[in-house]
Amino acid sequence: MVKVFIYPSNSLILSDLIDRFGHEPLAVMREVGKKIRTAGLDSPPINITPEDPKIGLKYAAVEVPSGVRGRMALLGPLLEEAEAAVIVMEPDISFGCMGCARTNELVNFLVRTKDIPILELDYPSTEEDAKAFVHMIHDFLEGLGKGGE
Amino acid sequence: MNDDDIISKMIVLHSTFTLPSDLVIKIYESKADITVKETCFGLIIEGKRSVVDEVARDMRTIDPNRIFIKERGVPPGDPHRCRVGRGGGPKPGFHQHELEFPFLPYITSALEEIERGEGKGTKMTRSLPIHIETFKDIIEKEVAQSK
Repeated sequence: MVKVFIYPSNSLILSDLIDRFGHEPLAVMREVGKKIRTAGLDSPPINITPEDPKIGLKYAAVEVPSGVRGRMALLGPLLEEAEAAVIVMEPDISFGCMGCARTNELVNFLVRTKDIPILELDYPSTEEDAKAFVHMIHDFLEGLGKGGE
Repeated sequence: MNDDDIISKMIVLHSTFTLPSDLVIKIYESKADITVKETCFGLIIEGKRSVVDEVARDMRTIDPNRIFIKERGVPPGDPHRCRVGRGGGPKPGFHQHELEFPFLPYITSALEEIERGEGKGTKMTRSLPIHIETFKDIIEKEVAQSK
């Protein structure tokens, strides 16, 4: 089982396909879940603990907007665990935890700096593309199962 | 990741013959120690990671190509997400589902193809932007035709 980072990190389709084909999706929902279940936070996951800026500062400088560093506190630990990545380029909709363009750019950059297999795709717009989207993910994950690409 | 961690999972159903109530009955039959909430898209289940993962695996076997599962950050009925306390509007995360939901039938067909051993090596056609010179030619041709 390979830990696969997904982007958009809250994608149902990517999360499901990676789980279905026998690997572990690294999705932001897991990190959000930890925050939600931490006692003492007033409005999780929006407010942060004193530890979060420290985690965020590992990836972005102090003058970078706090929103980026806050998001990196969630996404950074996932990136560090990643052994492979499936990235959908320029997704149409990025709201909520995925709604910060600068964080998304930083995440895409950091994924590429890691020496891991990456599959880059576009969101499908037709039936044929949607099918090819699944086949490409299946073929990529099958390759990981055989010891990486 | 600990097996005793409490997690939630969304079970999204895109089927014409399986209903959320069918899944709920299966969960009740299994006597798994989890919380279940029936929703418009399927179910949200919450409990210990080991139990939730096992239930999710069982649920998938009911209608494997039409049941989609992902982990969810917040528990069912969480006040931070529930629209009752937020004064309406879409839930955070709704827009991503709205974007992906129309593709689910196509994902189902692709999964059925994979089951049949078809479609291996299929690639997506990435549409690149048209070159400016080609676009200029098209404009000139259209203008010439309209005269």
